[in-house]
Amino acid sequence: MLGLGADRLRADMNRLLALLFHQGVLDEQFLQLQQLQDESSPNFVSEVVNIYFHESEKLLRNLRGLLMDREFTDYKKMGIHLNQFMGSSSSIGAKRVRNVCVAFRAASEQNNRAGCLRALELLEHEYCYLKNKMHELFQLEQQRLLAAGVRYPMQN
Amino acid sequence: MARNGVVSMHWRSEKIDGFDLSPPDDEQVHVLAVDDSLVDRKVIERLLKISCCKVTAVDSGIRALQFLGLDEEKSSSVGFDDLKVDLIITDYCMPGMTGYELLKKIKESSTFREIPVVIMSSENVMARIDRCLEEGAEDFIVKPVKLSDVKRLRDYMTAREFRVKNQQIGNNNNIKNNNKRRLRETCDLSSSPLSMLFSSSSPSPSLSPSSLSSPSSPSPCLSPLPSPPILSYSAPCSPTSLDSPTRRLKMSSSD
Repeated sequence: MLGLGADRLRADMNRLLALLFHQGVLDEQFLQLQQLQDESSPNFVSEVVNIYFHESEKLLRNLRGLLMDREFTDYKKMGIHLNQFMGSSSSIGAKRVRNVCVAFRAASEQNNRAGCLRALELLEHEYCYLKNKMHELFQLEQQRLLAAGVRYPMQN
Repeated sequence: MARNGVVSMHWRSEKIDGFDLSPPDDEQVHVLAVDDSLVDRKVIERLLKISCCKVTAVDSGIRALQFLGLDEEKSSSVGFDDLKVDLIITDYCMPGMTGYELLKKIKESSTFREIPVVIMSSENVMARIDRCLEEGAEDFIVKPVKLSDVKRLRDYMTAREFRVKNQQIGNNNNIKNNNKRRLRETCDLSSSPLSMLFSSSSPSPSLSPSSLSSPSSPSPCLSPLPSPPILSYSAPCSPTSLDSPTRRLKMSSSD
């Protein structure tokens, strides 16, 4: 009976993942992360993704801070933040977030403040969506592990 | 050792049969990974550990030099033999010292210039790739780094270790030059003396020196891990694409 719950949760997870792939929110790099998770590192994906969230929120705050400043001119600094954001997003497979960063960077290279502001809003939106979906995924995983509890060998 | 081709080949093939290609713990490949991004450090660290490498991850070129004992200000008191770094893998774009500058510093050092250095970058700019290879980088990987990239490095290190051991036993003088070869050349076994040892009817150059190890597994050290996906996830690059740096460009999600 417990097994059924775990199977259903796994199906829910797979459906969510399939949706995210279909929407282009995630790409195959996320699958790479899953491949790196095993008994010796059972929380690898959530650990890395949580580091990513922590860093991303800092970067987003910095970006907003820069753009909200009326006398803002340091597009180079903005470019540095964006490169970091792009890099980490690509490393975890956050495809849509990364793509918005690319567009954002293009606007920044043209010193286009209005374009940057638009890009920032889009970036915040995409990031929020990703974060919510990742939380959903991790919750499902937690529930699945609980439901499948009897089948998993206890680790010392 | 005998220079006679037949005798030394025979001897070498005997050695291979008895040669344990999975390095014992103290001879595990030790990789120094350099990346300012914490996310990327976590990922590369895991990629390397799961590929049976010992990893030291640092967040800057300066720290890398300090670790090696090359930093002028704060040199490490640990001797080179104790550190035994077998491979350095570094991000290109870093604040302060770039990966390129780190590469130069390492190649300028008489102690460390023999250590292969691999550059990672999210930008695949040919000029950048060429510049790094010209400066002596062994390989250039376009981010995001995948398991297949690390596997390729691992196989290269295994073959390199094997060659170095052969050299130490005092064999063929040609092997000395192999250490300086570019990765793409060393992966092509048909141009190395070792290829003579394997079936002469082998049609095309092996993808990687993993033909040295048992054909049934990607690497002996992976067998203890129970998770099948890693073993099936070989996704090697195609033989033709090994000929140019662009093989690492992410052209398609062929993985």
